[in-house]
Amino acid sequence: MKFLCLQCDQVMAFAERQIPGDGTLAAVFTCPGCGHEMAMLTNPMETQLVSSLGVRIGGRTVPEQPFELTRTQLSETRPDAFAEPEPVAQTVRWDSDATERLARVPSFVRGMVKRIYADWARDNGIALITPQIMDRARAELGLEGM
Amino acid sequence: MRRFRTYHQVLHDTGSRILEQVLEQRARLERRLSPVRAVVAVLSGKGGVGKSAITANLAAALTERGARVGALDADLNGPSLARMLGVRPGPLTDGEDGVEPARGVLGIRVMSMDLLQPDEAPLRWRAPEGDGFIWRGVAETGVLREFLSDVAWGELDYLLVDVPPGTDRIARLLELVPRPGQTLLITTPAEISRFVVAKSARLLIDAGVSPIGLVANMIAHPRQGAPEPPRTAADALVDETGLPLWGAIPFDANLAERTDRGLPFVLASPEADAARALRALAERIEHEAGGRPS
Repeated sequence: MKFLCLQCDQVMAFAERQIPGDGTLAAVFTCPGCGHEMAMLTNPMETQLVSSLGVRIGGRTVPEQPFELTRTQLSETRPDAFAEPEPVAQTVRWDSDATERLARVPSFVRGMVKRIYADWARDNGIALITPQIMDRARAELGLEGM
Repeated sequence: MRRFRTYHQVLHDTGSRILEQVLEQRARLERRLSPVRAVVAVLSGKGGVGKSAITANLAAALTERGARVGALDADLNGPSLARMLGVRPGPLTDGEDGVEPARGVLGIRVMSMDLLQPDEAPLRWRAPEGDGFIWRGVAETGVLREFLSDVAWGELDYLLVDVPPGTDRIARLLELVPRPGQTLLITTPAEISRFVVAKSARLLIDAGVSPIGLVANMIAHPRQGAPEPPRTAADALVDETGLPLWGAIPFDANLAERTDRGLPFVLASPEADAARALRALAERIEHEAGGRPS
């Protein structure tokens, strides 16, 4: 879909995305000509349809992960479906609070989530992952629902 | 009245690049399947004709002939292939190249929803109640896409795909793999099978899928001394569709019983008529693929 600013006849550009609750997806678009902003709100069914396609409104900041849809959308999963990720030579460390928070992520998606955070921290020159860093990455990467 | 341009006349994207995301999904799938010599779709449209048991036994028979074989259970709602190939759920590993497949009998590479969900859990999604009919098919196609493209299948001679009943499920597979290397269309001697499988044949032929081989499962053993076996609805299907009959597998109650326990019949009872017929079918698949893998 595209949004056209009727004043400027320009395509509005994606600016921000949030999942405020109740299954709503909010995406903000801005007109590059006049700066006019608008928010698109999807209902839960529309949000789910977009998720089921495996695409992200606003574009992807990290590549699609293996089994991303399967891991994030199944309601019941085996707790031991995926082995704990092998400890690898760490260039990025996790403080105890971040480690604790990561441990609360269901094991089904933990390996994938850990890799996404670590890659993001490395790309941003961050040596220590804290809960605050996780929040930043989550917002920047659009990891709602993970 | 305002006159709007069409979507394609408005050149710029909003920044979501949805089309690029979809194209990247397709490219990933193509990259993954490029080292697979032949995707072999095993389907029917009709339920209860023995697709999964045939898939498991063909996987074993082809492996015995020296092929590298993967088996993908596309039946997300009623997965059974992993168990038929002797795989018990256990942790899968996230490898560098994707999710490592489980290993079944003879080292056959296997992926199934059975490995991801608790035994008693039906296929359900983290989604609000209601309106599921709108997105459920999309989600199932998405998971099937991930099973095809995100599993580290490696180099394979054959990737057998066990497709669940329903012509819509056949269409979903063709969205992802428009040209399977080979397609086995499973039927039985029953008239009701002919009725349903004829629809699947039409779907496949209209989609330009080739080659398609009919397989008549659960046929009666020929009576000794009988001049010729009685004509069945499976023979009528051959006449009606013009498709070749690649295999005819005699009914054997032990086939399902052994295979269900995780030991493919071709390994458990290699001398049985049904096992011989399944091995002959494996040979036909090999022939269609251009011969024994080097």
